[in-house]
Amino acid sequence: MTGLSDLRGLLTDAPTSVVTAGVDLLADALSAQAVDVHRVDWRPPLGGAEVPAQLGAVLTDPRRVTANATALSRVLAAGAELVDVVPASQALGLRPGSFLHAGPPIDFERASGPLRGALIGAMVLEGLAGDPADAEAGLVAGQALSGEGISLDSCHHHAAVGPMAGVISPSQWGFVLRDPVHGGTAFCTLNEGLGKVLRYGAYGPDVIDRLRWMSAVLGPLLQQAVRRRVERAGPLDIRAIVAQMLQMGDEGHNRNRAGTMMLVRELVPELLDLGAPPSDVADVVRFCNGNDHFFLNLVMPACKLALDAGRDVPGSTLVVAMARNGTDFGIQVSGTGDDWFTAPANTPQGLFLGDFGPDDANPDIGDSAITETGGIGGFAMAAAPAIVKFVGGEADDALATTRRMYDITLGEHPIYQIPVLGFRGTPTGIDVTAVVRTSILPVINTGMAGRVAGTGQVGAGLVSPPQECFTQALQGLAERTG
Amino acid sequence: MSPAGMERVEHVEVRSGAYHDSVTLLQVSRRVADVPGVQAAQVAMATPLNVEVLAGMGFVVPEGTAPADLVVALRADDDSAVQDALAALVTALAPAVSTVGSSTLEPARTTGVALRRSPAPVVVVSVPGPSAVAEAMDAITAGSSVLVFSDNVSVPQEVALKDAAAEHDVLVMGPDCGTAVLGGLGLGFANVVQPGPVSLVAASGTGAQHLMALLDHAGVGVRHCLGLGGRDLSAAVGGRSARQALTALAGDDATELVVLVSKPADPGVLDDLQELVGGLDVAVEWATLGAGRRDLTEVATATLDRLGVTGVTWPVWRAPDAQPRSPGRALRGLFCGGTLCDEAMLVAAERLGPIRSNIPLSTELALDVRGDGRWDAGTAHAMVDFGDDALTQGRAHPMIDPSLRDQRLAREAADPRVGAVLLDVVLGHGAHPDPAIELAPAIAAARAAAGAAGRALAVVVSLTGTTGDPQGRDDQAQRLAAAGADVYLSNAAAARAAAALVRPEEAS
Repeated sequence: MTGLSDLRGLLTDAPTSVVTAGVDLLADALSAQAVDVHRVDWRPPLGGAEVPAQLGAVLTDPRRVTANATALSRVLAAGAELVDVVPASQALGLRPGSFLHAGPPIDFERASGPLRGALIGAMVLEGLAGDPADAEAGLVAGQALSGEGISLDSCHHHAAVGPMAGVISPSQWGFVLRDPVHGGTAFCTLNEGLGKVLRYGAYGPDVIDRLRWMSAVLGPLLQQAVRRRVERAGPLDIRAIVAQMLQMGDEGHNRNRAGTMMLVRELVPELLDLGAPPSDVADVVRFCNGNDHFFLNLVMPACKLALDAGRDVPGSTLVVAMARNGTDFGIQVSGTGDDWFTAPANTPQGLFLGDFGPDDANPDIGDSAITETGGIGGFAMAAAPAIVKFVGGEADDALATTRRMYDITLGEHPIYQIPVLGFRGTPTGIDVTAVVRTSILPVINTGMAGRVAGTGQVGAGLVSPPQECFTQALQGLAERTG
Repeated sequence: MSPAGMERVEHVEVRSGAYHDSVTLLQVSRRVADVPGVQAAQVAMATPLNVEVLAGMGFVVPEGTAPADLVVALRADDDSAVQDALAALVTALAPAVSTVGSSTLEPARTTGVALRRSPAPVVVVSVPGPSAVAEAMDAITAGSSVLVFSDNVSVPQEVALKDAAAEHDVLVMGPDCGTAVLGGLGLGFANVVQPGPVSLVAASGTGAQHLMALLDHAGVGVRHCLGLGGRDLSAAVGGRSARQALTALAGDDATELVVLVSKPADPGVLDDLQELVGGLDVAVEWATLGAGRRDLTEVATATLDRLGVTGVTWPVWRAPDAQPRSPGRALRGLFCGGTLCDEAMLVAAERLGPIRSNIPLSTELALDVRGDGRWDAGTAHAMVDFGDDALTQGRAHPMIDPSLRDQRLAREAADPRVGAVLLDVVLGHGAHPDPAIELAPAIAAARAAAGAAGRALAVVVSLTGTTGDPQGRDDQAQRLAAAGADVYLSNAAAARAAAALVRPEEAS
């Protein structure tokens, strides 16, 4: 030991403020000495008797502080630019019979209604089945009637994200985003609109017809428009639009109205200039404009890029993915590589369309919780006063939700800001240990799919991950400490 | 009433120019649907999707309805239910009067969050031991020093915490650290002492309190008392916090002299610390208890000598009558402070020989005190630390709740083999607000009981406290003396007096 230390000034003067965690008597003794006492509302951690020791091991891991700083700084630094629109076959190398889906890996046997419905629709769309019955038989057998082998894999394993069922098949077109800082890419399909749509598990003829129009008209026109835009003025900065939408009353998950308008505003001049049939251009603009969630499918890959940049930092307790397949909820953590920590998905609480009620809702589904993982969506609830009713009807509840999320996150996003909180950055970077210690679970804004394959959307609301995902992840982290 | 589906009234109306967002309307629909007599309700903007939903529910939306129009569709048992539903609709659509308040900040659930909101130079952690590591690490990584009052933290975790603390240039006091004073502010159990030139480095909570009380009585104040936790000077922990504390105090201009106090320490660690101190510009008095070493009162006197303070005597408050020499031969020490118990055994053993204990000076003297006060030391001398883990399972520390110890006094008084009882009382912040209120009657009752049995019982109290303590040192002493005890400010003097009151074996 060389040189003297004053222990950061500890010995200079009597402390004027003290934080206490534990018995009130000791805090009272400090209050009696006229010092400013801040009492921690401590409670036992989630999970079983082994959790305190695991927390101790992970929190005293000498790599942790630096690892989390590294992982978080990459997440916060990541950019997101729209560079192209292409079919999944091209972007992801998907072959006929290969399907991606939302959430942690799952086989068809355990798949929920909406995921089954979406896979049935995708089989028909890809020409691997003539009708839903053939499609289901092929999925059960793992082989289409035409002989093509069927394989399923998680979108997250392919630098992709899928909303709700998240089924991506080769002929579906999607956005290609690139992170100019770290070089990553991410893919997400084009949003189909609301109601009876493939991502909610509907697969009727109108669903297939719409998807075919999207592949024949929407995708190619958007491709030309985006490519023209890239050529003329560079890639479209999606992160900048997300930052603006938060200041315009969107939270980027259940409300994407401002984001959608800003995207359309950017692309309309390019679309008009393509020389395409005016009726096709009008259809494309009408389709995008008429769907307030069109921009969600750009927010999701933007968040995916950021979180992928934070992956694989040994010792880091940062959550890099939260995703659900309609059966299981799974999370991935920077310090535990590609492992998934899964538990049965909860069913969202919320508001229902039409005659639908709680019994109609499927358990939580979709990769869209990547938005909360990236610090927006439910975490930015305070930015979206128009949807505060999802958290109980009071603006204060929205503020409280966002403020609560600061207590389980490692930092604040420098670009994504919340005006009503004094332009404070959104709470970003979920910390596994903070969730386990505080019992505060991430708040996720989400749509609700019908439980029965083919139903479509039944409502929207709020959901939280099962706590077991976090206690398992903590165990995984503890096993990786020295 | 009519059976389900027999009668129904449908009501569909279009309201133009009334925009509400879809979430509001989903909630409004639910509230309207909850009105008694309403079978179905959908209040929605007439977007194509919603028109489709309405059609699916069997409602016919008028031609020409535009997406900017609000559609109210109801199906009810009768007209009166429709009217109730429309009234509910008006209420549900009325603008909320709630305001955006600042009452949305919830209490911090971790030390890390608390420090993020309100930085503080020091944190006190007293959550259950296995969970204390997390709170302490929060403090360390936030750049705050931490007093870990909790016990049951493992040695490897203590080492990990202290290594992290050194890296962040903060101090971990503990685990199992009861006392610290920072520039006059007492943390944990702490006496109110005047400011002065002496700083303590303490691997012993009550030992440090006792030294501070003695110095304070002599008019010498305390600058800092940095606790280390009882294991810091063990070979496994290697004096990690002691090294930081000594180094930091060497750079503290207001500290003239450091006293390092500890229970019996690892000799190798003590050697290392002495070598460290040799290279620092700081004067250190070593108060490391052990057979043949100085007791705390002697260290206090030596400290005063170095500061040029002489002629100090340690006060004694005498009982109205002289303590009796009873026919009983055994000495019993009933302690709240572990170090005070250690010191009393070392002092009394010089006169009485081996003393059995639950914190024995050597293993063959171990006394099993489990079983809720029913232990029996027979005719042997015995001293018990009621603050030891085995006696605090599910209980507050005896400095806070001395009732178990005070009850044991009655048991000793009824034992004809017992000649004298030695008790400690520790005052200060965090301790019992008025120990004498229970102990003084217990002493009086014990002496009366012995007297009624034709015997006499000597009672001696070691009182650690200062005149500034909230309990009032002199008032406590006078009340205990009035109950029949001789009360000593010096623990060593109290132990010596108690030992002298027991008839030596050879005299019988």
